[in-house]
Amino acid sequence: MAQHTLSVLVENSPGVLARVASLFSRRGYNIDSLAVGPTENPEVSRMTIVLNLEGHALDQVSAQLFKLVNVIGIQEMKSTNSRQRELLMVKVSSSGNRNEIVALAKKFNGQIVEESSDSVVVEAVGTSKDLASLLTEMGKYGVKELVQSGLIAIEIGDTTLAERTLQETGLATSESHSQTEDYQN
Amino acid sequence: MSNQITGAQSLVNALEQAGVDVMFGIPGGAILPAYDPIYDSKIRHILVRHEQGAGHAATGYAQATGRVGVCIATSGPGATNLVTPLADAQMDSVPIVAITGQVPGPAIGTDAFQEADIRGVTMPITKHNYLVTNPLDIPKAIAEAFYIANSGRPGPVLVDIAKDALQKMTDYHYPTSINLRGYKPQTEPSSQSIRDAAALIAQSVKPVFYIGGGVIKANAAKELLKLAELVGAPVVTTLMARGAFPDSHHQHLGMPGMHGTVAAVTALQKADLLITLGARFDDRVTGKLSTFAVNAKIIHADIDPAEIGKNRHADVPIIGDLGPTIRALIPAVEAEFKKNQPDLTIWWRQMGSLREKYPLGYNEPADGSLSPQYVIERIGAITGPDGIYVAGVGQHQMWASQFVKYEKPRTWLNSGGLGTMGYAVPAAMGAKVGAPDTPVWAIDGDGCFQMTNQELVTCALNNIPIKVAIINNESLGMVRQWQSLFYQQRYSNTDLHSKRIPDFAKLAEAMGCVGLRCDSKSDVDKIIKEANAINDAPVVVDFNVHRDAMVWPMVAAGTSNDDIMIAKEMAPDWDSQEL
Repeated sequence: MAQHTLSVLVENSPGVLARVASLFSRRGYNIDSLAVGPTENPEVSRMTIVLNLEGHALDQVSAQLFKLVNVIGIQEMKSTNSRQRELLMVKVSSSGNRNEIVALAKKFNGQIVEESSDSVVVEAVGTSKDLASLLTEMGKYGVKELVQSGLIAIEIGDTTLAERTLQETGLATSESHSQTEDYQN
Repeated sequence: MSNQITGAQSLVNALEQAGVDVMFGIPGGAILPAYDPIYDSKIRHILVRHEQGAGHAATGYAQATGRVGVCIATSGPGATNLVTPLADAQMDSVPIVAITGQVPGPAIGTDAFQEADIRGVTMPITKHNYLVTNPLDIPKAIAEAFYIANSGRPGPVLVDIAKDALQKMTDYHYPTSINLRGYKPQTEPSSQSIRDAAALIAQSVKPVFYIGGGVIKANAAKELLKLAELVGAPVVTTLMARGAFPDSHHQHLGMPGMHGTVAAVTALQKADLLITLGARFDDRVTGKLSTFAVNAKIIHADIDPAEIGKNRHADVPIIGDLGPTIRALIPAVEAEFKKNQPDLTIWWRQMGSLREKYPLGYNEPADGSLSPQYVIERIGAITGPDGIYVAGVGQHQMWASQFVKYEKPRTWLNSGGLGTMGYAVPAAMGAKVGAPDTPVWAIDGDGCFQMTNQELVTCALNNIPIKVAIINNESLGMVRQWQSLFYQQRYSNTDLHSKRIPDFAKLAEAMGCVGLRCDSKSDVDKIIKEANAINDAPVVVDFNVHRDAMVWPMVAAGTSNDDIMIAKEMAPDWDSQEL
């Protein structure tokens, strides 16, 4: 099993999320996280999907996703060619340790966004790995509540996913093209 | 504002502009506004007796004609009754458009009377679907639905329209062009893939054409014939592809798969190259996948990129319409053959001897009762290759695929992927509407027939004179066959008693059809000819056949094609074959 991150441009129309979710459900693909939000174009939304898959399945997932009429483009985001971030908010017990918690949050580029009598809310943005480390360290103060967003990712460099998918007419994933190239090598 | 029309009128105008000449449906509350302009429309509306019948009729029409079939129903139960035909059309890539009424926009989501979220329900079983709540969007949704249904890999599209959108006044604009940025099927194959495929063909000494239903959808049978004769390789046609290549052609080894011929199944297993055109490596063809055609390289041409590598890795994938694909392959292969044309003599000697030694056949029942295979074989022989044959699902379907000889595309209609019992009568009705001058035989089982025979009323009232052969073995025959083979003849709930009840001939008469009955071999030809001579009413013939006949050969589910049996506990004599 390997983790893959797919960025999927979809038409901003009702039912798109249900179509994608239904496809993943009926074909038995496991979603680790899913984030949906607006893009620079109001007609287009962007989904970032983190999946756990075996071997050739990514080609198949991309091809099946691309069959959805509302899906405009798909691109695999690799850790080497993209910046990937998640947002975490955690409510931690703070009796007597408030300064330590502030210091720990800062170490992870986080901040305290809410303070109450017995707890603070720490907010941090980072990679899954960074946030996991932060959480482990916060553990000793007592995590009362945790909420974390799905991962979002953006490609490094000047090209954008929208430009790329406008140019391509066939399959929009680099992975799917790689299969076509396999036999040529 | 004087140019404004109702959403309902807009719908009917759009359907007319999309080229619809006939639709099958039933009115109800939510779709009722649409039925008012339908009353005045030039589109022929055929009032069916059950929405499932409308859906399969649309499918039969589409499969027989290559045009988009249309069905129409109301909200809630009307719409959910279309679920089976939509799933069926999705599995067999049939272009149909379903129009459903929906409760008025403000009532959506309130569990209103006859409300069902049909868009949600049909998401996984349609190629695409729409919910329209603004009347202005109706013509665009219809135009897109027809375009999506009949382009790329064909499939069903549902358009659900809220009742108030049908009632409101609106401007009518039918789109002059369709641009769906998320839907651009690749129809032209890449030249590199064509060159690579031709190179593989020129290296192969054991090639086989593995032909699927896509060849028929692409109207590429003529091109296939040319390519196949150029390559000279054996051809096998799957259940969905029967008729894509003439059965009478000397290169044809028949159907592969669970009930395929020994020669067709073995050719795939022993090949060094499968030239796969519009087929999808379905489990009923491959048997146990890990043991399927283990030594074969795979050329896989399909218009749907998601089929490539889904079940079997493709050494050379070709994405594109099969028409342009095969037309491009022909000169590419010719060029390769000028350099090197492989000698297929040994391969043909092997396959030819298998075909000779293990032809399709059957034993007449020892008790002198009627053999179902004989009945089906005679229907095909007497009616001829110009007829259209429509089967239900089960033993009779397999026999109809084996013992009717198909020479042309769109003459064999069946439910291959979903395996929908009850498909035959309504699909035959749709086929006959699409091809009124062609004899259309539904070859049905007594089980299947009892699921959808109400559409015979529709046929009788609307001058749709189909012919129905009920292969009556008074049981759910295929299930019974599995019980015979795998469940120690414990016939749990497969006995339908349908030689006693119902009286099919009387039932047919009650529905305005001619009802006939045939019990003996000597009457078979006479009765088929009698049925063929009747063209002013539907005909139903109750063929009273032996109940223990089985479909052979057989590759049991989950086993390897190498373990094909030609009869119970009887494998081909491989030792005498040089393979």
